[in-house]
Amino acid sequence: MTSLARPRSRGLRGNEGPFGWLFTLPAILILGTFLVIPILLAVWVSFSNWNGLGPPVGGQAEFVGAANYAEVLTQPGLARRDFGIAIRNNLYYVLFVVPIQTAVALFLAVQVNQKVLKARGFFRTAFYFPSVTSSVAITVVFLYLFGASGVVNGVLNWLRVRGPNWFADPRGVFHIVLSWLGVDSVPSFLAGEGPLGVTWWEWIAGPSVAMTALIALAVFTTSGTFMLLFLAGLQAIGQDIEEAALVDGAGPVRKFFSITLPMLKPTLFTVLTLGLIATWQVFDQIYLTGGGAPAKTTLTPAFLAYSASFESLKWGRGAAISFILFGIIVVLTIFQRWLLRDREGSRRNRRRRARMAQAGAMAAITTGGGHGTGGGAGE
Amino acid sequence: MTTVSPVREAEAPAVPARQKRRLPPKVLIGRIGIHVMLLALAVIYIFPFVVSVASSLKTNAEATQQPLRLIPETLTFAAYERLFTDVPLMKWTFNSALVTICVTLGRVFLGSLAGYALSRLQWRGRAFIFAGIIAVMAVPSVVLLIPRFLILYQLGIYDSYIGMIVPIIVDATTIFIMKNFFESIPESVEEAARIDGAGVFRTFWSVVLPMARPALITVFILSFQGSWNEFAHFIVSRQDPDLHTLTTGVATLVSGQLGSGNQYPIQLAAAVLMTIPVAILFFIFQRHIMSTAEGAEKG
Repeated sequence: MTSLARPRSRGLRGNEGPFGWLFTLPAILILGTFLVIPILLAVWVSFSNWNGLGPPVGGQAEFVGAANYAEVLTQPGLARRDFGIAIRNNLYYVLFVVPIQTAVALFLAVQVNQKVLKARGFFRTAFYFPSVTSSVAITVVFLYLFGASGVVNGVLNWLRVRGPNWFADPRGVFHIVLSWLGVDSVPSFLAGEGPLGVTWWEWIAGPSVAMTALIALAVFTTSGTFMLLFLAGLQAIGQDIEEAALVDGAGPVRKFFSITLPMLKPTLFTVLTLGLIATWQVFDQIYLTGGGAPAKTTLTPAFLAYSASFESLKWGRGAAISFILFGIIVVLTIFQRWLLRDREGSRRNRRRRARMAQAGAMAAITTGGGHGTGGGAGE
Repeated sequence: MTTVSPVREAEAPAVPARQKRRLPPKVLIGRIGIHVMLLALAVIYIFPFVVSVASSLKTNAEATQQPLRLIPETLTFAAYERLFTDVPLMKWTFNSALVTICVTLGRVFLGSLAGYALSRLQWRGRAFIFAGIIAVMAVPSVVLLIPRFLILYQLGIYDSYIGMIVPIIVDATTIFIMKNFFESIPESVEEAARIDGAGVFRTFWSVVLPMARPALITVFILSFQGSWNEFAHFIVSRQDPDLHTLTTGVATLVSGQLGSGNQYPIQLAAAVLMTIPVAILFFIFQRHIMSTAEGAEKG
């Protein structure tokens, strides 16, 4: 066991091999039993017709090949349509939440990093506090805020705007805009069926009004966490460079775009990646706002996997959707890495990134644990 | 997690000499503008919580009709009373507390143990195990919901405290954070302990672990917050109403019978109560939390 141990430390340190295994054994056992084995089990279930009766392995479940995957990906029918709608909903959620939360977090970080600002501690606390609350509590609050006669509509009322019944309104935002422009019926060129059995007209609907409330919720709860990450990045840049820019006569806007932003690239990369991973996992909020209601316009793949399994007892389909979702997250993360790749690939940046990873891990928990994702290891 | 440095520039008093220098009006207006804008933003961030507390003290009718009123017309604690009489809130709180205590202690202890072995002990298989843990970190948690149910069901621990606690008692991120911190502690510290005849566990427990206080606090905060706020795992690991935690229990207030009609005050009261422990934690460790991200970047 110890043959590879460094000779220098061998005498003093003795035989550490058994202790290495002993100390990591609880973690290995638990992660193995509740993470690795379950995934293998779910791979089997996704290729079987297990209906929830009897044990998944060694019971009556039969191997059905890729039928569960085909049902949601290629076979025309309700299962595929639901999956397509869920993908569409989640896609819009990601497209709106990730840029907005990143921009808001960056904006807040730059503001609370200013030396001239008084009561910086107060502002940081105010912006970060929503991040520590539970997804359940915050969703309850948002259901109230965005109620038919809720706080948001009350404020809109002052502005002489009649607000919608947010969580009950399935209309797509882009459809609403199109109807303002006079497009009331489905144009014939969009009536055809697009991918996954969803018509092109439905694909371009945009997030539903109900979904926009959930988008607001996500931005509200995650911008504080990401603000802390950006703040860390800003402080690493230091004042010197910033001041040098001022001496050179660059205005604050110019300074931000030509100096601060490029130097924040590693942080930006972390925030975008974490945001992307978390937003594809939105589950808690969907569960709490009625499981995709209104009219399935807030249905997401994560919730669809759950409801297919626990409600429709199509465990194979639920597991299959989970793995497809996993694939989507992996592919998009890799794509984003490639898109934002560091062309110089300098050593310094890599080291910085390694350090960021640790702050990122913390953010991953605070954003994931509470909001946007579910589960212990996640966000 | 080299977060030892306290928040450095928290409200440093302005240098008097600087104050005397009069600012040009344009700069002054700009500064006032920034403060006003940020104050408005802070109000937006705080307002939902203020409204929640206020409306939890209203009658159902008033909460529905006058959501913006911050001081209830008829102040009532009816919603809070109902939480303790109509709803088994104490039971939920007990379950949440039990799970949170077990998971937090477990994550901190087991995470430190594994982190120590992976950073400071020399043994074959270390690199392999570490790579495995990194791979585990990459699995999105929501993908694990169905697999977790399957294993709990197969092992016959679905609907039990064991099934609610053990699967989340080890967390790869915790191990990762602890490992990173232990790596920053000088080797000579351990060697001194070893010369004095302390064993491996003794060295870990009484010498290295106390030095890892900042990282332990970080991991403690994350574990406490994560397990207290956990929702999805308790949805898939139990269905017995006696095993409801605060999160799943309060969820039934929203989607169950109490979710019908306009029973906002009771829901908001529950949301307020369940937020108190994490809010206390947040305010106790505020400086630590705020400096963690900063320290991480500075290395």
